[in-house]
Amino acid sequence: MLLAPFRGYVLLMKNNGNNGKPLNVVGKPFRKVDARAKCTGQTKFADDIVLPRMLYCKILRSHEPHALIKNIDLSKALTLPGVIAIITGKDLPISYGILPVSQDEHALCIDKVRFVGDPVAAVAAIDEDVAFDAMNLIEVEYERLNTISSIEEAIMIDEPRIHEYGDDANVHKKVSLEFGEVEEGFAEADLVREDIFFYEGNTHLPMEQHAAVAYLDTDEKLTLWSSTQTPHYVHRALTKVLEMPASHIRVIATPNGGGFGGKSDPFNHEVVVCKLSMLTGRPVKCTLTREEVFYCHRGRHPVLMHIKTGVKKDGAITAMHFKSFLDGGAYGSYGVASTFYTGALQTVTYDVPRYKFQGLRAFTNKPPCGPKRGHGTPQPRYALEVQLDKIAEELRLDPAEMRRSHLVKPNSITANYLRIGSMGLGACIDKIVDGSDWKNKFSWNGSEPRAVATGLNSEETQARGTRKLPYGKGIGIACSSYICGAGLPIYWNNMPQSGVQLRLDRQGGVCVMCGSTDIGQGSDSILAYIVAEVLGIDPFDIRVVTADTDLTPVDLGSYSSRVTLMTGNAAIQAAERARELLTIAVAEKLGLPIENISFAERRAFDVENPEVGVSFAEAIVLAESKFGTIGTVGSYSPPRSPGRYKGAGVGPSPAYSYSAAIAEVDVDPSTGIVTVERIWIAHDIGKSINPMLVMGQVEGSVYMGLGEILMEEMAYRANRNVVHKIPSMLEYKSPTTMEMCDVKTYLIEDPDPNGPFGAKEVGQGPLLPVPPAVANAVYNAVGVRIDEVPIMPEKVLKALRDKAKGRDGRFGPDSIPSVEWPEPLRVLTPAEGGDGREMPRVAVHS
Amino acid sequence: MSGALKQKAHISFTLNGEAAEVAFAPHKTLLEVLREDLGLTGTKHGCELGECGTCTILVDGRAILSCLMLGLDAEGREVETIEGMANGAQLHPLQVTFADTGAAQCGYCSPGFLLAAKELIDKAPKPTRDEIKEALSGNLCRCTGYIKIYEAVELAAARVRGEEMELPRESVYGLE
Repeated sequence: MLLAPFRGYVLLMKNNGNNGKPLNVVGKPFRKVDARAKCTGQTKFADDIVLPRMLYCKILRSHEPHALIKNIDLSKALTLPGVIAIITGKDLPISYGILPVSQDEHALCIDKVRFVGDPVAAVAAIDEDVAFDAMNLIEVEYERLNTISSIEEAIMIDEPRIHEYGDDANVHKKVSLEFGEVEEGFAEADLVREDIFFYEGNTHLPMEQHAAVAYLDTDEKLTLWSSTQTPHYVHRALTKVLEMPASHIRVIATPNGGGFGGKSDPFNHEVVVCKLSMLTGRPVKCTLTREEVFYCHRGRHPVLMHIKTGVKKDGAITAMHFKSFLDGGAYGSYGVASTFYTGALQTVTYDVPRYKFQGLRAFTNKPPCGPKRGHGTPQPRYALEVQLDKIAEELRLDPAEMRRSHLVKPNSITANYLRIGSMGLGACIDKIVDGSDWKNKFSWNGSEPRAVATGLNSEETQARGTRKLPYGKGIGIACSSYICGAGLPIYWNNMPQSGVQLRLDRQGGVCVMCGSTDIGQGSDSILAYIVAEVLGIDPFDIRVVTADTDLTPVDLGSYSSRVTLMTGNAAIQAAERARELLTIAVAEKLGLPIENISFAERRAFDVENPEVGVSFAEAIVLAESKFGTIGTVGSYSPPRSPGRYKGAGVGPSPAYSYSAAIAEVDVDPSTGIVTVERIWIAHDIGKSINPMLVMGQVEGSVYMGLGEILMEEMAYRANRNVVHKIPSMLEYKSPTTMEMCDVKTYLIEDPDPNGPFGAKEVGQGPLLPVPPAVANAVYNAVGVRIDEVPIMPEKVLKALRDKAKGRDGRFGPDSIPSVEWPEPLRVLTPAEGGDGREMPRVAVHS
Repeated sequence: MSGALKQKAHISFTLNGEAAEVAFAPHKTLLEVLREDLGLTGTKHGCELGECGTCTILVDGRAILSCLMLGLDAEGREVETIEGMANGAQLHPLQVTFADTGAAQCGYCSPGFLLAAKELIDKAPKPTRDEIKEALSGNLCRCTGYIKIYEAVELAAARVRGEEMELPRESVYGLE
């Protein structure tokens, strides 16, 4: 295909695609382009792929949490009829990992296992039953090592080490950053609060178990079909581990049956099926059992947090010092990024003029943690928003008003150098406060909130004494923000983060190709909507080809809520370039100036005389006659972040979405059971490309946040081999239809200049305010603070009993480990005249 | 137990309205028989332990978990899977509304939900929201928060009753 030369013609559209034209596709509730296939059983997920002579793979996983592998005896397994090949760590000696700084995984463990579930050997057999039987005939001799089962143990115990790298024996990473002098800020404060919180880990629980099929064909081209969110990163990992040129490897991400971050790492089963296919010359499939999906994990890190915040009497923050301790599990995964994320986004909702962050990630003998919806930010957001509730109570302020009064300004730069563009949080708060009838429901126990100096009028502070809601009923608020794509790719490079290629067929067909992966969020559809809008055609006219490293230009993957913004901008560029070629050809044919040509309803026509024009297919014929084959490309790179300090790579984004939620709960004081009756949520989407899909993402995020705050937890038996307590869907509780609450959603549209048509993210952000809003509502209902997620009935009961004894009625952690932190890297804030770089380190003399 | 070299079992039954016969290893669940021996991969699996509802199909019009039913037990029964839900090229109203309202996000749980919902509206043409929740309480969905699924079921039930109905504006665009 000849790529159309870009000849510097003036682009007809400005402002990311709209050009003041009425929108025909964007903003409309079209069904998804793949929706019918999904409702008729036609969609092929990875496990639905069956190839002739395909072998089935089972992976033997360690039942030891921490042990040296002394010997692996395959002899019995190899004699089982139907077994074709068995491999162990020796066959795949090269390590890999999602981040360049933590290449600490082997597809099959070589000399050591690090958690119950670590892969040890893999069988390929003629069917799954034979593979399973053979797997059970493999004999592994282990030499047990002491385990590290908690953050505290990882900090305290140096030997044995889980890994031979990291910032301390069993400490993977330590981060210490200070923006401005926080001590000065605390000195200026009228109130300084210190609180400790714990957010238990939980997992994605996608309905689809991970699956992968590999086939090395006779021309020595390897194809991997896998339920992955990041085919490009898998492609890179396979090239490294298999020592095969990237040009010989094709990774196709099948539609993901749910991802939520859980299919974003290169996984051992993906490497293993490739290797087994290379050895056997036959296709090989591996589908994980549900139990194995729990061991794969890469889910929400358990995080212990200490937060110290200084505020003025009106609730204005003067300084914040946030410490986080992450239980990373047995491998690096995205953990370094996760660690930074637990400290990055505290500054993007309310003005935080001085900010210090210290974060530590521990290695423990548990399934590795990684990115789950909101990656590293729901935990600190919960801590921050619950602490703000406590601060509002101490100051006797309305917590909604207090938040509303101190918002970060649009088009500003935060103390840690995150550039804020559009900022619709104020509008979000207003919507839910009105919609929920907050003012008539919320009261601090026994008294009305007083007005924030600049906020409420004084009439509203009168009545004192009684609750507005009966005891047991409560209401709580929280806000949040999330990135619309990470500013930097996972591996350092100067290339675009997203590429789109368009091919226009002379009979009128349009094919859009992009490396993005549809994990259910609708990214394939977004490409079709945007290209259809720009070219004036119907989204269902378009063929969408995605997530295939042979056919599609690179997109980094479905993570960090980057896809709509980045692929959308790339798609606009590709489509505008195509439209430009069509415009020139049509203008020439019709004898009109090019600025007169417009596209809509599958036609190109004269804007002044709309009946004069040609069909879209004829426009392509004209353009192809003039220019040759019509294909265009578009790409997107995020703007450079103003942060230049070491660690400034995590947090920057082209735009930030905002959400605010109010939860209304019923707490039964006799059982401790919390029922969330309703959540009002407003989300600042910038601009909805498809409002119906946005609504679905908001509702799904509320659901997932509800599960996290009420019930979901990855729990291990520390004293019994660090084995997962509940690796099944029955025992790992997640909300069914009977627990899901009513959701009242508001969409705030305030287009962001960096978003395609002004769009921002929605896939992750709306989860964030839900856990703290519920926690605050529980306090409002029964007067106990549950400073530990999830809020299980026994914790509520314990807190209620504590309160009945005249104590403070709080359930949560009381201390944090003592840690030798490195000297913080100091950065002057923008307000202090900083340039985004760290200050030279000064030797400390004590 | 090795399934590979065992003698196969054989059943005759009605599959999506058509007479069908199939031979398979006798220990296989109906889920496995459908997916592996009949190539009907529209029926999905999420746990194969009866916990998630993903593999729901209809047997004699009742929603059952195909991972908990032996293939052998399908002898002589009427089995309906997602592949048989449309009437020829005409999608079932539930399939239309699930697709049109965004009730299917990743779509992995959708076949199970669709068949469970079909049983419901076959028996209760005008189900209340609570009846819908009850009927679908055995099916897990991690994407939607269930809300668009309820709305799709209500919309389809209305259309089956012959009523004109669209989603309320607030379900599509949010509240004003």
